[in-house]
Amino acid sequence: MSRVGRIRIGVIVAAVLVLEAACRSGLIDRFSLVPPSIMAGTAVAILWAGTYTADMLTTLTTVVIAAVLSVVCGFALGALLWAWPRLHRAADPFLASYYAVPSFIFYPLFIVMFGLNRWPLVAVAFIFSFVAMAIATADGFHSVRPILRRAARSMRLSQFDTIRTVMLPAAAPYFFTGVKLAVAYAFIGVIAGEFIQSGTGLGYRIAFAYQSFETATMYGLMLILVVGVVLVNSGLWAIERRMRARVPA
Amino acid sequence: MPPLSALSVTRIYPGAAGRPPLHALGPIDLELQQGEFFSVVGPSGCGKSSLLDLLAGMEAPSAGTVTFEGKPVAGVVPEGVGIVFQEDASFPWLTVFDNVAFGLRRAKMSPAEVTARVEDALRLIGLTGFAQAYPAQLSGGMRQRVCIARTLVMRPRLIMLDEPFGALDQQTRLLMGDELLRLWRETGATIMLITHSLDEATLLSDRVGVMSARPGRFIDLIETGWPRDRDSRMASDPAFGAITARIWSQLRDQSIQAMRATT
Repeated sequence: MSRVGRIRIGVIVAAVLVLEAACRSGLIDRFSLVPPSIMAGTAVAILWAGTYTADMLTTLTTVVIAAVLSVVCGFALGALLWAWPRLHRAADPFLASYYAVPSFIFYPLFIVMFGLNRWPLVAVAFIFSFVAMAIATADGFHSVRPILRRAARSMRLSQFDTIRTVMLPAAAPYFFTGVKLAVAYAFIGVIAGEFIQSGTGLGYRIAFAYQSFETATMYGLMLILVVGVVLVNSGLWAIERRMRARVPA
Repeated sequence: MPPLSALSVTRIYPGAAGRPPLHALGPIDLELQQGEFFSVVGPSGCGKSSLLDLLAGMEAPSAGTVTFEGKPVAGVVPEGVGIVFQEDASFPWLTVFDNVAFGLRRAKMSPAEVTARVEDALRLIGLTGFAQAYPAQLSGGMRQRVCIARTLVMRPRLIMLDEPFGALDQQTRLLMGDELLRLWRETGATIMLITHSLDEATLLSDRVGVMSARPGRFIDLIETGWPRDRDSRMASDPAFGAITARIWSQLRDQSIQAMRATT
Protein backbone atom coordinates (compact mmCIF):
# COMPACT_ATOMS: atom_id res chain seq x y z
CA MET A 1 0.00 0.00 0.00
CA SER A 2 1.26 3.49 -0.80
CA ARG A 3 2.19 5.98 1.90
CA VAL A 4 -0.85 8.10 1.01
CA GLY A 5 -3.07 5.04 1.32
CA ARG A 6 -1.67 4.28 4.77
CA ILE A 7 -2.22 7.87 5.89
CA ARG A 8 -5.78 7.75 4.56
CA ILE A 9 -6.62 4.58 6.49
CA GLY A 10 -4.79 5.90 9.55
CA VAL A 11 -6.97 9.05 9.58
CA ILE A 12 -10.17 6.99 9.36
CA VAL A 13 -9.09 4.52 12.06
CA ALA A 14 -8.00 7.38 14.35
CA ALA A 15 -11.32 9.20 13.86
CA VAL A 16 -13.30 6.03 14.63
CA LEU A 17 -11.19 5.35 17.75
CA VAL A 18 -11.58 8.92 19.01
CA LEU A 19 -15.33 8.70 18.45
CA GLU A 20 -15.50 5.33 20.20
CA ALA A 21 -13.57 6.72 23.19
CA ALA A 22 -15.69 9.89 23.31
CA CYS A 23 -18.93 7.86 23.31
CA ARG A 24 -17.72 5.24 25.78
CA SER A 25 -16.37 7.79 28.23
CA GLY A 26 -19.66 9.72 28.23
CA LEU A 27 -18.18 12.80 26.56
CA ILE A 28 -20.90 12.40 23.95
CA ASP A 29 -24.22 11.16 25.31
CA ARG A 30 -25.61 7.93 23.88
CA PHE A 31 -28.83 9.60 22.89
CA SER A 32 -27.04 11.75 20.34
CA LEU A 33 -24.47 9.28 19.09
CA VAL A 34 -23.82 5.60 19.70
CA PRO A 35 -20.23 4.28 19.66
CA PRO A 36 -19.03 3.15 16.20
CA SER A 37 -18.72 -0.44 17.48
CA ILE A 38 -22.45 -0.46 18.30
CA MET A 39 -23.26 1.15 14.92
CA ALA A 40 -21.35 -1.65 13.20
CA GLY A 41 -22.98 -4.28 15.40
CA THR A 42 -26.46 -2.93 14.68
CA ALA A 43 -25.69 -2.72 10.96
CA VAL A 44 -24.63 -6.38 10.90
CA ALA A 45 -27.69 -7.37 12.96
CA ILE A 46 -30.01 -5.47 10.58
CA LEU A 47 -28.45 -7.15 7.56
CA TRP A 48 -28.56 -10.56 9.27
CA ALA A 49 -32.21 -10.25 10.38
CA GLY A 50 -33.28 -8.93 6.97
CA THR A 51 -35.77 -6.55 8.57
CA TYR A 52 -34.99 -3.74 6.12
CA THR A 53 -33.89 -5.79 3.11
CA ALA A 54 -37.08 -4.91 1.19
CA ASP A 55 -36.47 -1.19 1.86
CA MET A 56 -32.89 -1.46 0.74
CA LEU A 57 -33.92 -3.18 -2.47
CA THR A 58 -36.60 -0.55 -3.09
CA THR A 59 -34.09 2.24 -2.65
CA LEU A 60 -31.51 0.49 -4.79
CA THR A 61 -33.90 -0.22 -7.67
CA THR A 62 -35.20 3.36 -7.55
CA VAL A 63 -31.61 4.63 -7.70
CA VAL A 64 -30.81 2.29 -10.59
CA ILE A 65 -33.91 3.40 -12.56
CA ALA A 66 -33.13 7.09 -11.96
CA ALA A 67 -29.42 6.63 -12.77
CA VAL A 68 -30.09 4.68 -15.98
CA LEU A 69 -32.66 7.28 -17.14
CA SER A 70 -30.23 10.08 -16.30
CA VAL A 71 -27.34 8.44 -18.13
CA VAL A 72 -29.40 7.71 -21.24
CA CYS A 73 -31.20 11.07 -21.43
CA GLY A 74 -28.14 13.01 -20.23
CA PHE A 75 -26.02 11.38 -22.91
CA ALA A 76 -28.59 12.19 -25.60
CA LEU A 77 -28.82 15.83 -24.46
CA GLY A 78 -25.01 16.12 -24.22
CA ALA A 79 -24.58 14.70 -27.72
CA LEU A 80 -27.20 17.14 -29.02
CA LEU A 81 -25.43 20.09 -27.34
CA TRP A 82 -22.16 19.04 -28.94
CA ALA A 83 -23.64 18.47 -32.39
CA TRP A 84 -25.53 21.78 -32.27
CA PRO A 85 -23.12 24.45 -30.97
CA ARG A 86 -25.73 27.21 -31.22
CA LEU A 87 -28.03 25.30 -28.90
CA HIS A 88 -25.09 24.75 -26.55
CA ARG A 89 -24.33 28.48 -26.45
CA ALA A 90 -28.01 29.26 -25.89
CA ALA A 91 -28.28 26.69 -23.10
CA ASP A 92 -24.98 27.59 -21.42
CA PRO A 93 -26.36 30.04 -18.82
CA PHE A 94 -29.04 27.52 -17.81
CA LEU A 95 -26.54 24.71 -17.52
CA ALA A 96 -24.12 26.86 -15.52
CA SER A 97 -26.79 27.87 -13.02
CA TYR A 98 -28.71 24.59 -13.04
CA TYR A 99 -27.35 23.33 -9.76
CA ALA A 100 -28.06 26.65 -8.06
CA VAL A 101 -31.75 25.65 -8.09
CA PRO A 102 -32.64 23.22 -5.30
CA SER A 103 -34.38 20.53 -7.34
CA PHE A 104 -36.12 19.13 -4.26
CA ILE A 105 -38.61 21.97 -4.26
CA PHE A 106 -40.25 20.14 -7.17
CA TYR A 107 -40.71 16.95 -5.15
CA PRO A 108 -44.21 17.84 -3.88
CA LEU A 109 -45.18 18.67 -7.46
CA PHE A 110 -44.01 15.22 -8.60
CA ILE A 111 -46.01 13.59 -5.80
CA VAL A 112 -49.09 15.41 -7.05
CA MET A 113 -48.28 14.30 -10.60
CA PHE A 114 -47.35 10.66 -9.98
CA GLY A 115 -48.85 9.82 -6.57
CA LEU A 116 -46.97 8.69 -3.48
CA ASN A 117 -44.95 5.87 -4.99
CA ARG A 118 -41.54 5.30 -6.53
CA TRP A 119 -41.95 7.64 -9.52
CA PRO A 120 -41.76 11.04 -7.76
CA LEU A 121 -38.46 9.82 -6.31
CA VAL A 122 -37.24 8.72 -9.72
CA ALA A 123 -38.30 12.10 -11.11
CA VAL A 124 -36.57 14.17 -8.44
CA ALA A 125 -33.40 12.05 -8.64
CA PHE A 126 -33.52 12.28 -12.43
CA ILE A 127 -33.76 16.08 -12.60
CA PHE A 128 -30.98 16.25 -10.02
CA SER A 129 -28.59 14.01 -11.96
CA PHE A 130 -29.20 14.02 -15.72
CA VAL A 131 -27.72 17.48 -16.32
CA ALA A 132 -24.39 16.36 -14.82
CA MET A 133 -24.33 13.55 -17.38
CA ALA A 134 -25.29 15.93 -20.21
CA ILE A 135 -22.51 18.38 -19.32
CA ALA A 136 -19.95 15.57 -19.01
CA THR A 137 -21.04 14.13 -22.37
CA ALA A 138 -20.80 17.46 -24.20
CA ASP A 139 -17.41 18.13 -22.56
CA GLY A 140 -16.29 14.64 -23.58
CA PHE A 141 -17.15 15.14 -27.25
CA HIS A 142 -15.51 18.58 -27.21
CA SER A 143 -12.38 17.13 -25.60
CA VAL A 144 -11.62 14.84 -28.54
CA ARG A 145 -8.54 16.25 -30.27
CA PRO A 146 -9.37 17.34 -33.87
CA ILE A 147 -6.36 15.37 -35.12
CA LEU A 148 -8.14 12.12 -34.24
CA ARG A 149 -11.04 13.08 -36.48
CA ARG A 150 -8.57 14.03 -39.21
CA ALA A 151 -6.92 10.63 -38.80
CA ALA A 152 -10.35 9.01 -39.12
CA ARG A 153 -10.97 10.95 -42.34
CA SER A 154 -7.58 9.95 -43.69
CA MET A 155 -8.63 6.34 -43.11
CA ARG A 156 -11.84 6.91 -45.08
CA LEU A 157 -14.17 6.38 -42.10
CA SER A 158 -17.79 7.42 -42.58
CA GLN A 159 -19.32 10.00 -40.22
CA PHE A 160 -21.12 7.23 -38.34
CA ASP A 161 -18.00 5.07 -38.02
CA THR A 162 -15.95 8.08 -36.92
CA ILE A 163 -18.36 8.66 -34.05
CA ARG A 164 -18.62 4.97 -33.19
CA THR A 165 -14.97 3.93 -33.42
CA VAL A 166 -13.12 7.17 -32.67
CA MET A 167 -15.25 9.81 -30.91
CA LEU A 168 -16.96 7.50 -28.41
CA PRO A 169 -13.86 5.68 -27.16
CA ALA A 170 -11.82 8.92 -27.16
CA ALA A 171 -14.41 10.65 -24.97
CA ALA A 172 -15.21 7.58 -22.85
CA PRO A 173 -13.43 8.78 -19.69
CA TYR A 174 -15.59 11.92 -19.68
CA PHE A 175 -18.74 9.89 -20.18
CA PHE A 176 -17.72 7.72 -17.30
CA THR A 177 -17.22 10.75 -15.07
CA GLY A 178 -20.78 11.67 -16.02
CA VAL A 179 -22.00 8.18 -15.09
CA LYS A 180 -20.21 8.41 -11.74
CA LEU A 181 -21.82 11.78 -11.00
CA ALA A 182 -25.24 10.59 -12.20
CA VAL A 183 -25.09 7.58 -9.87
CA ALA A 184 -23.97 9.71 -6.90
CA TYR A 185 -26.65 12.34 -7.58
CA ALA A 186 -29.31 9.64 -8.07
CA PHE A 187 -28.45 8.26 -4.63
CA ILE A 188 -28.68 11.72 -3.07
CA GLY A 189 -31.95 12.46 -4.87
CA VAL A 190 -33.64 9.20 -3.90
CA ILE A 191 -32.48 9.13 -0.27
CA ALA A 192 -33.35 12.80 0.25
CA GLY A 193 -36.77 12.26 -1.33
CA GLU A 194 -37.41 9.28 0.92
CA PHE A 195 -36.45 11.44 3.88
CA ILE A 196 -38.92 14.15 2.95
CA GLN A 197 -41.94 12.05 2.05
CA SER A 198 -42.18 8.33 1.44
CA GLY A 199 -43.57 5.13 2.91
CA THR A 200 -40.67 2.81 2.07
CA GLY A 201 -36.97 2.88 1.41
CA LEU A 202 -33.77 3.27 3.34
CA GLY A 203 -34.07 7.06 3.63
CA TYR A 204 -37.59 6.70 5.03
CA ARG A 205 -36.38 4.06 7.54
CA ILE A 206 -33.56 6.29 8.73
CA ALA A 207 -35.96 9.22 9.17
CA PHE A 208 -38.46 6.94 10.94
CA ALA A 209 -35.81 5.61 13.33
CA TYR A 210 -34.77 9.20 14.04
CA GLN A 211 -38.32 10.25 14.84
CA SER A 212 -38.85 7.17 17.05
CA PHE A 213 -35.65 7.81 19.01
CA GLU A 214 -34.20 4.47 17.85
CA THR A 215 -30.72 5.93 17.75
CA ALA A 216 -28.81 2.66 17.31
CA THR A 217 -31.04 1.55 14.42
CA MET A 218 -30.73 4.96 12.80
CA TYR A 219 -26.93 4.88 12.94
CA GLY A 220 -26.84 1.22 11.86
CA LEU A 221 -28.89 2.07 8.75
CA MET A 222 -26.81 5.14 8.08
CA LEU A 223 -23.65 3.06 8.26
CA ILE A 224 -25.08 0.50 5.80
CA LEU A 225 -26.00 3.32 3.44
CA VAL A 226 -22.62 5.05 3.69
CA VAL A 227 -20.67 1.83 3.21
CA GLY A 228 -22.89 0.83 0.26
CA VAL A 229 -22.49 4.20 -1.48
CA VAL A 230 -18.75 4.30 -0.82
CA LEU A 231 -18.35 0.79 -2.28
CA VAL A 232 -20.33 1.65 -5.43
CA ASN A 233 -18.41 4.88 -5.88
CA SER A 234 -15.01 3.28 -5.24
CA GLY A 235 -15.77 0.68 -7.90
CA LEU A 236 -16.71 3.38 -10.41
CA TRP A 237 -13.73 5.49 -9.38
CA ALA A 238 -11.31 2.60 -9.94
CA ILE A 239 -12.69 1.98 -13.45
CA GLU A 240 -12.50 5.69 -14.22
CA ARG A 241 -8.89 5.88 -13.04
CA ARG A 242 -7.92 3.03 -15.33
CA MET A 243 -9.61 4.75 -18.27
CA ARG A 244 -7.93 8.08 -17.52
CA ALA A 245 -4.52 6.45 -17.38
CA ARG A 246 -4.96 5.52 -21.04
CA VAL A 247 -6.71 8.62 -22.28
CA PRO A 248 -5.33 11.54 -20.27
CA ALA A 249 -7.71 14.49 -20.09
CA MET B 1 1.11 7.12 -65.36
CA PRO B 2 2.27 9.41 -62.52
CA PRO B 3 0.83 8.31 -59.16
CA LEU B 4 -0.28 11.82 -58.36
CA SER B 5 -0.78 14.86 -60.49
CA ALA B 6 -2.17 18.28 -59.77
CA LEU B 7 -3.30 20.72 -62.41
CA SER B 8 -3.84 24.40 -61.53
CA VAL B 9 -4.91 23.44 -58.00
CA THR B 10 -6.05 26.54 -56.13
CA ARG B 11 -7.49 27.13 -52.68
CA ILE B 12 -9.41 30.29 -51.93
CA TYR B 13 -11.16 30.65 -48.57
CA PRO B 14 -14.34 32.73 -48.70
CA GLY B 15 -14.04 35.98 -46.74
CA ALA B 16 -15.86 35.99 -43.42
CA ALA B 17 -18.21 38.86 -42.49
CA GLY B 18 -17.46 41.39 -45.22
CA ARG B 19 -13.75 40.59 -45.51
CA PRO B 20 -12.24 39.78 -48.92
CA PRO B 21 -11.67 36.12 -49.83
CA LEU B 22 -8.27 34.71 -48.86
CA HIS B 23 -6.24 33.30 -51.71
CA ALA B 24 -4.26 30.70 -49.76
CA LEU B 25 -2.72 28.53 -52.40
CA GLY B 26 -2.00 28.05 -56.04
CA PRO B 27 -2.29 27.63 -58.85
CA ILE B 28 -0.15 24.53 -58.31
CA ASP B 29 0.99 22.14 -61.03
CA LEU B 30 2.78 19.02 -59.90
CA GLU B 31 3.49 15.50 -61.04
CA LEU B 32 5.01 12.95 -58.71
CA GLN B 33 7.05 10.15 -60.25
CA GLN B 34 6.48 6.52 -59.34
CA GLY B 35 8.57 5.61 -56.26
CA GLU B 36 9.87 9.16 -55.87
CA PHE B 37 10.68 10.83 -52.54
CA PHE B 38 9.39 14.36 -52.92
CA SER B 39 9.58 17.04 -50.26
CA VAL B 40 7.88 20.40 -49.99
CA VAL B 41 9.44 23.32 -48.14
CA GLY B 42 8.10 26.82 -47.84
CA PRO B 43 7.77 29.78 -45.48
CA SER B 44 5.36 29.55 -42.55
CA GLY B 45 1.74 29.99 -43.56
CA CYS B 46 2.40 29.45 -47.27
CA GLY B 47 -0.16 26.67 -47.41
CA LYS B 48 2.05 23.56 -47.24
CA SER B 49 -0.45 21.69 -45.08
CA SER B 50 -3.36 22.95 -47.19
CA LEU B 51 -1.55 21.58 -50.22
CA LEU B 52 -1.31 18.16 -48.56
CA ASP B 53 -5.01 18.30 -47.65
CA LEU B 54 -5.94 19.08 -51.25
CA LEU B 55 -3.65 16.52 -52.85
CA ALA B 56 -4.67 13.80 -50.37
CA GLY B 57 -8.37 14.44 -50.87
CA MET B 58 -8.96 15.70 -47.33
CA GLU B 59 -10.29 18.93 -48.87
CA ALA B 60 -11.64 19.86 -52.27
CA PRO B 61 -9.76 22.56 -54.24
CA SER B 62 -11.52 25.81 -55.17
CA ALA B 63 -10.23 25.29 -58.71
CA GLY B 64 -8.10 22.80 -60.58
CA THR B 65 -7.95 19.02 -60.49
CA VAL B 66 -6.05 16.37 -58.60
CA THR B 67 -5.73 12.84 -59.92
CA PHE B 68 -4.37 9.78 -58.15
CA GLU B 69 -3.37 6.94 -60.47
CA GLY B 70 -5.43 8.56 -63.18
CA LYS B 71 -8.64 8.88 -61.16
CA PRO B 72 -9.87 12.27 -59.97
CA VAL B 73 -9.56 12.96 -56.23
CA ALA B 74 -12.65 14.74 -55.00
CA GLY B 75 -12.72 15.50 -51.30
CA VAL B 76 -12.24 11.86 -50.23
CA VAL B 77 -8.88 10.24 -49.50
CA PRO B 78 -8.46 7.58 -52.21
CA GLU B 79 -7.65 3.98 -51.40
CA GLY B 80 -3.89 3.54 -51.73
CA VAL B 81 -3.05 6.89 -50.09
CA GLY B 82 -1.79 6.94 -46.49
CA ILE B 83 -1.31 10.08 -44.41
CA VAL B 84 0.92 10.70 -41.39
CA PHE B 85 0.28 13.93 -39.48
CA GLN B 86 2.56 16.16 -37.46
CA GLU B 87 0.45 15.81 -34.33
CA ASP B 88 0.25 12.53 -32.48
CA ALA B 89 -2.77 10.83 -34.04
CA SER B 90 -2.42 7.48 -32.29
CA PHE B 91 -5.60 6.29 -30.60
CA PRO B 92 -4.87 6.43 -26.85
CA TRP B 93 -7.49 3.84 -25.89
CA LEU B 94 -5.91 1.15 -28.08
CA THR B 95 -2.68 -0.76 -27.59
CA VAL B 96 0.09 -0.31 -30.13
CA PHE B 97 -0.99 -3.56 -31.77
CA ASP B 98 -4.64 -2.52 -31.98
CA ASN B 99 -3.69 0.93 -33.26
CA VAL B 100 -1.73 -0.58 -36.12
CA ALA B 101 -4.44 -3.20 -36.74
CA PHE B 102 -7.23 -0.56 -36.82
CA GLY B 103 -7.46 -0.15 -40.61
CA LEU B 104 -6.92 -3.84 -41.34
CA ARG B 105 -9.77 -4.88 -39.06
CA ARG B 106 -12.03 -2.31 -40.65
CA ALA B 107 -11.14 -3.85 -44.00
CA LYS B 108 -12.45 -7.16 -42.56
CA MET B 109 -9.10 -8.91 -42.94
CA SER B 110 -8.77 -12.33 -41.28
CA PRO B 111 -7.29 -12.27 -37.73
CA ALA B 112 -4.32 -14.36 -38.86
CA GLU B 113 -3.47 -11.93 -41.63
CA VAL B 114 -4.00 -8.94 -39.32
CA THR B 115 -1.51 -10.41 -36.85
CA ALA B 116 1.00 -11.21 -39.57
CA ARG B 117 0.83 -7.76 -41.14
CA VAL B 118 0.86 -5.87 -37.83
CA GLU B 119 3.86 -7.86 -36.58
CA ASP B 120 5.58 -7.16 -39.87
CA ALA B 121 4.91 -3.43 -39.57
CA LEU B 122 6.01 -3.35 -35.93
CA ARG B 123 9.24 -5.11 -36.86
CA LEU B 124 9.79 -2.64 -39.68
CA ILE B 125 9.53 0.34 -37.33
CA GLY B 126 11.26 -1.35 -34.38
CA LEU B 127 8.34 -1.51 -31.93
CA THR B 128 7.98 -5.29 -31.65
CA GLY B 129 8.47 -5.28 -27.88
CA PHE B 130 5.76 -2.64 -27.40
CA ALA B 131 2.81 -4.32 -29.08
CA GLN B 132 0.78 -4.43 -25.86
CA ALA B 133 1.78 -0.96 -24.61
CA TYR B 134 -0.61 1.99 -24.72
CA PRO B 135 0.46 5.23 -26.47
CA ALA B 136 0.57 7.06 -23.12
CA GLN B 137 3.41 4.73 -22.11
CA LEU B 138 5.52 5.65 -25.16
CA SER B 139 7.74 8.62 -26.04
CA GLY B 140 6.65 11.15 -28.68
CA GLY B 141 8.98 9.56 -31.26
CA MET B 142 7.61 6.09 -30.60
CA ARG B 143 4.01 7.31 -30.86
CA GLN B 144 4.83 8.87 -34.21
CA ARG B 145 6.28 5.54 -35.30
CA VAL B 146 3.01 3.87 -34.29
CA CYS B 147 1.20 6.30 -36.62
CA ILE B 148 3.66 5.55 -39.40
CA ALA B 149 3.13 1.80 -38.85
CA ARG B 150 -0.66 2.30 -38.87
CA THR B 151 -0.28 3.94 -42.28
CA LEU B 152 2.30 1.49 -43.66
CA VAL B 153 0.34 -1.60 -42.69
CA MET B 154 -2.32 -0.66 -45.24
CA ARG B 155 0.45 -0.85 -47.88
CA PRO B 156 -0.26 2.57 -49.40
CA ARG B 157 1.22 3.29 -52.77
CA LEU B 158 1.49 6.97 -51.92
CA ILE B 159 2.46 8.09 -48.40
CA MET B 160 1.94 11.74 -47.50
CA LEU B 161 3.62 13.02 -44.37
CA ASP B 162 2.80 16.43 -42.88
CA GLU B 163 5.84 17.47 -40.82
CA PRO B 164 5.82 14.08 -39.08
CA PHE B 165 8.98 14.80 -37.09
CA GLY B 166 8.15 18.43 -36.27
CA ALA B 167 7.69 17.76 -32.56
CA LEU B 168 10.88 15.69 -32.16
CA ASP B 169 14.38 16.76 -31.17
CA GLN B 170 17.08 17.11 -33.86
CA GLN B 171 18.83 13.78 -33.19
CA THR B 172 15.61 11.79 -33.16
CA ARG B 173 14.57 13.61 -36.33
CA LEU B 174 17.72 12.53 -38.13
CA LEU B 175 17.28 8.91 -37.05
CA MET B 176 13.59 8.92 -37.95
CA GLY B 177 14.57 10.36 -41.33
CA ASP B 178 16.91 7.42 -41.86
CA GLU B 179 14.12 5.04 -40.90
CA LEU B 180 11.77 6.73 -43.31
CA LEU B 181 14.33 6.29 -46.11
CA ARG B 182 14.69 2.61 -45.24
CA LEU B 183 10.89 2.13 -45.26
CA TRP B 184 10.70 3.98 -48.55
CA ARG B 185 13.25 1.64 -50.10
CA GLU B 186 11.63 -1.47 -48.65
CA THR B 187 8.04 -0.60 -49.55
CA GLY B 188 8.69 1.00 -52.92
CA ALA B 189 5.97 3.57 -52.16
CA THR B 190 5.97 7.12 -53.46
CA ILE B 191 6.49 9.63 -50.65
CA MET B 192 5.49 13.26 -50.35
CA LEU B 193 6.90 14.94 -47.27
CA ILE B 194 5.90 18.38 -46.01
CA THR B 195 8.62 19.86 -43.83
CA HIS B 196 9.86 23.21 -42.60
CA SER B 197 13.39 21.85 -42.23
CA LEU B 198 15.59 22.60 -45.23
CA ASP B 199 18.17 20.02 -44.07
CA GLU B 200 15.54 17.33 -43.80
CA ALA B 201 14.18 18.09 -47.26
CA THR B 202 17.65 18.07 -48.79
CA LEU B 203 18.79 14.90 -47.01
CA LEU B 204 15.76 12.75 -47.68
CA SER B 205 14.46 13.72 -51.07
CA ASP B 206 14.95 12.93 -54.71
CA ARG B 207 13.28 16.23 -55.47
CA VAL B 208 12.45 19.28 -53.37
CA GLY B 209 9.61 21.64 -54.19
CA VAL B 210 10.19 25.18 -52.87
CA MET B 211 7.03 27.17 -52.22
CA SER B 212 6.50 30.93 -52.23
CA ALA B 213 4.86 33.00 -49.49
CA ARG B 214 1.05 33.08 -49.57
CA PRO B 215 -0.56 32.37 -51.97
CA GLY B 216 1.78 29.36 -52.08
CA ARG B 217 3.12 28.33 -55.48
CA PHE B 218 6.13 26.29 -56.47
CA ILE B 219 8.97 28.68 -57.28
CA ASP B 220 11.60 25.98 -57.75
CA LEU B 221 11.83 22.21 -58.12
CA ILE B 222 15.30 20.95 -57.22
CA GLU B 223 16.63 17.50 -58.12
CA THR B 224 19.09 16.33 -55.47
CA GLY B 225 20.59 13.50 -57.50
CA TRP B 226 21.13 11.31 -54.42
CA PRO B 227 21.49 7.55 -54.86
CA ARG B 228 18.50 5.48 -53.70
CA ASP B 229 20.62 3.86 -51.02
CA ARG B 230 21.29 6.84 -48.73
CA ASP B 231 20.96 8.06 -45.16
CA SER B 232 21.58 11.10 -42.96
CA ARG B 233 25.33 10.77 -43.45
CA MET B 234 24.79 12.45 -46.82
CA ALA B 235 25.02 15.62 -44.74
CA SER B 236 28.80 15.44 -45.14
CA ASP B 237 28.53 15.40 -48.95
CA PRO B 238 29.57 18.76 -50.44
CA ALA B 239 26.42 18.71 -52.58
CA PHE B 240 24.31 18.80 -49.42
CA GLY B 241 25.49 22.31 -48.56
CA ALA B 242 25.07 23.48 -52.13
CA ILE B 243 21.50 22.19 -52.40
CA THR B 244 20.48 23.57 -48.99
CA ALA B 245 22.03 26.92 -49.93
CA ARG B 246 20.08 26.94 -53.19
CA ILE B 247 16.82 26.24 -51.37
CA TRP B 248 17.57 28.94 -48.82
CA SER B 249 18.45 31.49 -51.48
CA GLN B 250 15.01 30.88 -53.00
CA LEU B 251 13.28 30.85 -49.65
CA ARG B 252 14.89 33.74 -47.82
CA ASP B 253 12.98 36.56 -49.51
CA GLN B 254 9.77 34.55 -49.34
CA SER B 255 10.22 33.97 -45.60
CA ILE B 256 10.87 37.67 -44.98
CA GLN B 257 7.74 38.47 -46.97
CA ALA B 258 5.74 35.90 -44.96
CA MET B 259 7.08 37.27 -41.67
CA ARG B 260 6.14 40.86 -42.63
CA ALA B 261 2.66 39.69 -43.53
CA THR B 262 2.09 38.14 -40.12
CA THR B 263 3.71 40.80 -37.85
